[in-house]
Amino acid sequence: MAKNSFFARLPVIRQLRQSVGLQRGMLVAGLVLTGIFLICAIFAPLLAPYEYNQLKGADGNFGAQQAPSAAHLLGTTVGGYDVLSRVIWGAQTALMVIIVAVALSVVIGVLLGLLSGYLGGWVDRILVVVADAIYAFPTLLLAIVAAIAISGGQSGLWPGVMAAAVSITVVFVPQYLRVVRAEVVRVKAEAFVESARVIGASNGRIMFRHVLRNSTRTLPLIVTLNASEAIATLAALGFLGFGIEPTAAAEWGYDLNKSISDVAAGIWWTAVPPGLAIVLAVLGITLIGESLNDLADPRLRARRRASKTPADAVAATQPVAREDLGEVQ
Amino acid sequence: MASAVEINDLDVTFVTDGGDVHAVRGVSLDVRAGEVLAIVGESGSGKTVTARSILGLLPETSTVRGAVVVDGTDVTTLDAAGLRRLRGEKAAMVFQEPSTALNPVFSVGWQLAEGLRAHGNVSKKEARRRAIDMLRRVGIPEPERRVDDYPHQFSGGQKQRVVIAMALALDPAVIIADEPTTALDVTVQAEILELLRTLRDEEGTAIVLITHNMGVVADLADRVAVMLEGELVETARVRELFADPQHEYTRRLLAAVPRLQVSEREAPVSETGPLVKAEGLVIEYAGRFGRNAFQAVKGVDFTLSPGEVVGLVGESGSGKTTIGRAIAGLTPVAGGSLEVLGMEMLGMKERRFRPLRNQLGFVFQDPATSFNPLLTIAQNVAEPLIVHGLAKNPVDARGKVDELLEAVQLSGSYGDRFPHELSGGQRQRASLARALALDPKLLIADEPTSALDVSVQAKVLELFGELQERFGFATLFITHDLAVVDMLAHKVVVLHHGEIAESGPTAQVLGNPKDDYTRRLIASLPVPDPVEQAARRAAARG
Repeated sequence: MAKNSFFARLPVIRQLRQSVGLQRGMLVAGLVLTGIFLICAIFAPLLAPYEYNQLKGADGNFGAQQAPSAAHLLGTTVGGYDVLSRVIWGAQTALMVIIVAVALSVVIGVLLGLLSGYLGGWVDRILVVVADAIYAFPTLLLAIVAAIAISGGQSGLWPGVMAAAVSITVVFVPQYLRVVRAEVVRVKAEAFVESARVIGASNGRIMFRHVLRNSTRTLPLIVTLNASEAIATLAALGFLGFGIEPTAAAEWGYDLNKSISDVAAGIWWTAVPPGLAIVLAVLGITLIGESLNDLADPRLRARRRASKTPADAVAATQPVAREDLGEVQ
Repeated sequence: MASAVEINDLDVTFVTDGGDVHAVRGVSLDVRAGEVLAIVGESGSGKTVTARSILGLLPETSTVRGAVVVDGTDVTTLDAAGLRRLRGEKAAMVFQEPSTALNPVFSVGWQLAEGLRAHGNVSKKEARRRAIDMLRRVGIPEPERRVDDYPHQFSGGQKQRVVIAMALALDPAVIIADEPTTALDVTVQAEILELLRTLRDEEGTAIVLITHNMGVVADLADRVAVMLEGELVETARVRELFADPQHEYTRRLLAAVPRLQVSEREAPVSETGPLVKAEGLVIEYAGRFGRNAFQAVKGVDFTLSPGEVVGLVGESGSGKTTIGRAIAGLTPVAGGSLEVLGMEMLGMKERRFRPLRNQLGFVFQDPATSFNPLLTIAQNVAEPLIVHGLAKNPVDARGKVDELLEAVQLSGSYGDRFPHELSGGQRQRASLARALALDPKLLIADEPTSALDVSVQAKVLELFGELQERFGFATLFITHDLAVVDMLAHKVVVLHHGEIAESGPTAQVLGNPKDDYTRRLIASLPVPDPVEQAARRAAARG
């Protein structure tokens, strides 16, 4: 029982049980798409027919721009890589970037938001002004600058992933700061925080024991929405040539970039699969985020109708009538 | 007399995340023209749901069964267009909080005209003329000029008058007034009740009055319907109900209502100096850029001796809560002198005051928000013990916490619940337990019972009195309710616009008030007895 209720209280599962109708459809679709994405990412070595940087098999080179065939289900790229393998391995890179980017931005953003909202005064002003300044930059430009500064021209797997993740973090931290700060300012005015002050609790204790956990309710939501944005930003960086080299890792944006010239030549299989992968991954995570958003708000949440009449509801909970059991009065 | 509203066997069920809630069970009522029917009951008794069903104002999650006939139309069967026609023309509503019922970006004249124009072909000029007319009818002075004013330019009582004018615009057969005076001060409440009475007498409008205040019921109602857990337990004419309540619950409800009896209470004598001493105390709230600071408290003198209960009484904006917060160090003092537990609060540093905080307890007004919702009651009550180093962690403090909860009549198992799993009264008792955890010398209670139902309030006040006698802590009891002060306080301080209107022993201030404002305050308080209230009203008129 206890296990069951704990299971039911887990974020996404609780919402899944709560949802009905179209909202449930959206959430389920999002979960399925994201599930496929996760499976591809985790089991890439098993699922992908080749390595992401493999150029030749048992019978020599794959050859460039080969049409789909039994050996290469989705053909090969202009660089001579297997498209299907690159798409599956690409999920792994994307997942790594999401995890690092979201973890970094949550930790930094929440801490800064807490300080900013709770302490107020000049700390708050400076942090908010800096956040606003970052907002004012076009996010992609900021990400490019950060990527160049971090990777310094190298483009291995980890430098590439870190560059992408950190540049996304720089863009996301202000969002977390803003959201958490707003919540903290609200929670700070609640009577239970005042009562902690009356008791004589120190600022640190008030911040971390009383304010922090009460201010993070909206975070799962932003995390999912940001995760999809992270994929899009990573792809954009790769597309513009600031991503990861094909020898270091598979990356959808890079493959898309290399397939530009193919499109005009009627070679569809190099562009469509990575493009579709980006769209579906972003769509899946966004659907989860949007559904969580709707379900978190009681006004947006759809509910089952009540049993038609109270009598029906009573009847449903009561044992079967005697007549039905064959008793005759 | 004809029935304005007839409710037959009404049943309302809500779908919630926690399962279906059966809010109203088989209620049958009728309201006649020119009559005030009061529906009384505690929160969750279904009184508001019943009244809202008359206007078809229930949320989508509800399922309604039974019939609600308003002036010949069954509301439960109406579609959206039918409901729109019904609202305003046949039935209208007056809300609890006038500030939120009016749109702040439109003038009141525009809002009144809007209602008229939505229900018929009225020219702009004609609508304006009628808007002015309506404002005059509800007693707004200079209606020709004020019709173009915006809601924020009216006082709370005037805003409620405007809301009533809007409800009256189309001469509805019935007006639903949901706690129309709860958000208002007593002196303003008296004026609004007078206005509603005039409407009933002169316009013959039926009024359904929802309230938890038995004084208001005694003052205004003709008949009373008592609800308990979704069922109607008793309906009677107001005098009969007060004189001879039939149902056991009604008797309990009436017994719980605090009455002003003017009781003599001996103040304890103490050899040591006062715990709190205010001399010419001034507290300001910083103004916006370029504006002067707002003085919430303007030169107040009073003392609070050990073991003494002082009632700080006043209407909203009188500065009573501000003084309580200043004593607890939550609001800075701007001038004069405020000595708390031997420490001067003017220019006080939090670091130096912190060690003294273990001698100070605070009970907040709203028990729903004064506990950290993510900690259990036991963890919340343990906080002061942990902060002041008397326990290392909540587990360590549990023995003492259980003792405290026992003292406020919450058995140990309540400690493991979360705040939202307790009722308002239970939470307020737990709040008292937390305030007393460190055995303080001084307790500040800021409207501790104003968010509670009367019967719960009575229990909490009784418990409070007991604990005060047992532990002998001094108390500053902040409230707007004179009857509550009468039950507990040795001394009363009446505040008016940040200044002391009158202060002295309870019996003297309440029994023989010298100040005009105090006298007005006591006179405005409706007595929960229809016969006496009618006599008082006649005396006030004559």
